[in-house]
Amino acid sequence: MDALKNKLPPIGQLGPFIALAIACAFFAITTDRFFSPENLSLILQQVMVVGVIAIGQTLIILTAGIDLSCGMVMALGSIVMTKFAADLGLPTPIAVLCGVGVTALFGLINGLLVTRIKLPPFIVTLGTFNIAFAITQLYSNAQTVTDVPDAMTWLGNTFPLGGAAVSYGVVLMVLLYLGAWFWLRETGAGRHVYAVGNSPEATRLVGIPTERVLLGVYVLAGVFYGIASLLSVARTGVGDPNAGQTENLDAITAVVLGGTSLFGGRGVILGSLAGAVVVGVLRNGLTLMGVSSVYQVLVTGILVIVAVTVDQLSRKAAR
Amino acid sequence: MLKKIPLAAAALTVAAAATAQNQPVVGLITKTETNPFFVKMKEGAAEAAKAKGAKLLSGAGKADGDNAGQVTAMENMMAAGAKTILITPSDSKAIIPAIKKAREKGVMVIALDSPTDPADATDALFATDNYKAGVLIGQYAKAALAGKPAKIITLDLFPGHPVGAQRHNGFLQGFGLQSFDAKNNELAKPAEVVCMADSFGDRAKGQTAMENCLQKAPDVTVVYTINEPAAAGAYNALKKAGKEKNVIIVSVDGGCEGVANVGKGIIAATSQQYPLKMASMGVDAGVEYAKSGKKVSGYTDTGVTLIADKPVTGVDSKDVKTGTELCWGKK
Amino acid sequence: MTNPQLVMQAKGLTKRYGQVTALDGADFELRAGEILAVIGDNGAGKSSLIKCLSGATIPDEGDIVLDGKPIHFKNPMDARRVGIETVYQDLAVAPAMTIAENLFLGREVRRSGFLGNVLRMLDKTKMLEQSVARMQDLKVGIRSMTQAVETLSGGQRQCVAVARAAAFAEHVVILDEPTAALGVKEGNMVLELIRRIRDKGLPVILISHNMPHVFEIADRIHVARLGRRAAILNPKKISMSDTVAVMTGAMPPDQIPADCLAH
Repeated sequence: MDALKNKLPPIGQLGPFIALAIACAFFAITTDRFFSPENLSLILQQVMVVGVIAIGQTLIILTAGIDLSCGMVMALGSIVMTKFAADLGLPTPIAVLCGVGVTALFGLINGLLVTRIKLPPFIVTLGTFNIAFAITQLYSNAQTVTDVPDAMTWLGNTFPLGGAAVSYGVVLMVLLYLGAWFWLRETGAGRHVYAVGNSPEATRLVGIPTERVLLGVYVLAGVFYGIASLLSVARTGVGDPNAGQTENLDAITAVVLGGTSLFGGRGVILGSLAGAVVVGVLRNGLTLMGVSSVYQVLVTGILVIVAVTVDQLSRKAAR
Repeated sequence: MLKKIPLAAAALTVAAAATAQNQPVVGLITKTETNPFFVKMKEGAAEAAKAKGAKLLSGAGKADGDNAGQVTAMENMMAAGAKTILITPSDSKAIIPAIKKAREKGVMVIALDSPTDPADATDALFATDNYKAGVLIGQYAKAALAGKPAKIITLDLFPGHPVGAQRHNGFLQGFGLQSFDAKNNELAKPAEVVCMADSFGDRAKGQTAMENCLQKAPDVTVVYTINEPAAAGAYNALKKAGKEKNVIIVSVDGGCEGVANVGKGIIAATSQQYPLKMASMGVDAGVEYAKSGKKVSGYTDTGVTLIADKPVTGVDSKDVKTGTELCWGKK
Repeated sequence: MTNPQLVMQAKGLTKRYGQVTALDGADFELRAGEILAVIGDNGAGKSSLIKCLSGATIPDEGDIVLDGKPIHFKNPMDARRVGIETVYQDLAVAPAMTIAENLFLGREVRRSGFLGNVLRMLDKTKMLEQSVARMQDLKVGIRSMTQAVETLSGGQRQCVAVARAAAFAEHVVILDEPTAALGVKEGNMVLELIRRIRDKGLPVILISHNMPHVFEIADRIHVARLGRRAAILNPKKISMSDTVAVMTGAMPPDQIPADCLAH
């Protein structure tokens, strides 16, 4: 019986997938175009930027931190990589690496401020959010970067699969999620992320290098934001200095909807993918139904409350 | 309270110095510092201030919707002697108490680009007639369609925003369809509008909105967009679906990037607005008030011009070259 | 009388924090196979003493010898590496993680071969088996090692923390107030576990304010006072009230009857 209980995830973890299934079923019934392979592939492409940002955000929230700068850092990364290619003529792989390097650097700055100066992550990332935005606007001169080399938008290309055009970027997103899921579940370093989030005092006392784990999480999140930058460029075909303004909260919403606890130490990263997709499904489905977007915002808000409540209740029941 | 005492002392000194020099002080408060629209406004105001010998103070909120930042800027500017405040309100309702306090102190407050709610809370409004901007592109779209069936997708801002409603309803009116008047904040939806989605004026979100609407209405012929970034996103979505050649995209704004897109054939026509004019008219009004005590009032239309690459009969438009000369943003 | 084997010994430990002298030339001895209780009033220096022995603090002066070899700890990890395990008052467990995960926290076992070395995968089956084995060995009555620690009672959690220390300690187990905040039944459960640890051959240093518990399981009692060792007492001979008197200074060391001292 124990073994069986061990295999089934608790209801808090299944929640986002159930919500996703219900939403899909609802729209499949009420509209005739929702459940086509083409439409579903489209939704995945629409959420791939937020989806990848949410991987980094999940890691940070698992350590009981939060990152309000993620969207802005992503925008900065996309401006850096497009301008390096368009203005400086750097070959695409180098330009992309530079962009990811910049986002990882911001992750490092966030991480150092949290671990060395011991500032609360909320406040640190509030500051770096503004700094990233300012640098983006100044470096880009508030201009969209349009002559982006084809190689940089390659991830936006598609290949045919089962009657739909699947984008390489979506495949990358799914692979990144699976990789992160494996790492968090099966490796010591991944388990340490959970432990640090659950009880940093305990991890310090048993000899886990807590500060190093935290710093690593912030830098790794920065790398994911850089990959999201590339996906953003691939999707829109340009470097947009005004991108990422709502992605900060969108990513946090995806993580919360996915069942990860804001208090740290609990959550399944695949849930964040479900959370991101649910928002995309709502947006797409309600547009197909001709319903005003106000209802999308309303439903998202209700789902967030439900998700947090379920998390709280399932934790109380566990005691 | 304690903070205001030294500030007030400093302000009195500055005010005394200003009045001693008799230089009119005008404050300009925009929504943000970075949006090229407001950057152009600030440039226009600075030029006008220099020409008329006025002193320009400028400030902004931190982001769209930052009302508190604008209130603080207003208080600081008044303390520094500003007798006229020009403001693009981030929150059309929340700014009212601060404006009321300012006017009670004899400061003239002029709204730029978008009105407060209610509009008569300010002394005057210098803004684009957003309804007219919509009408022009609606007329253009109808003529450019040349008899083909009208299947219209609208990419709006977000629900409830007056500017979004005015442009949307104006467009439908200009197109010759049933619409609401300029005072209505609801978005009209005649049968020819096959899909409505929100773009938030953003390129990526515009692309997403267009993709979703294309699923619903693949045989679209006309796309109305709230602004040029949304139009660029819509074009991207159409291009991915291979439909960009047969669809007419119209927009509003007249920013330099947008006008360039008209030249590239991405946008068929756009209504150009003039933030620079709004600001310079505002500064002029402020100088006049300081000199003669005469206030401006009511609504002044700062003008809107249709910019199109391919002109159509029955609709007046200017070409891309003219549009580029008059555009705001970085050329 | 055979010379009892000394596992750990400290001489002349001194520690100052600014103007305050926490340890003033304290001595310490721990014999093989014993439970040594360390008691003392607040400010007597027992926490500082324990911190020096567990590596949490570096003494300004003095020597520490473990199994005949002198040692200098720079941090608690150094102490763990030579086989000294400490259970702190706040237990150092991650409540949301399972008992098995907590037992191996910071010492996770990786799989062998490619899966372990390249992919860095943990051997969860092995860790689970070892957890079950250890707990059974120490007769800790918790049924499932895969339940989260937060589902356990206070006493059970304490047992998990103590069993973890016993499982990995090679030389010494240090317990800081293990029965504080526990009810009677749970407290006894923990005391039983401590006895079993001693019976397996691991000496235990026990810091406690709970006199009845001290008297129940300690073999000898080390009394700390004013930063030094006031006396080592024999709980079988001395009374609880006299012990308290020694602790507070009401009974000076030279007044302790000879048979109450432990040799």
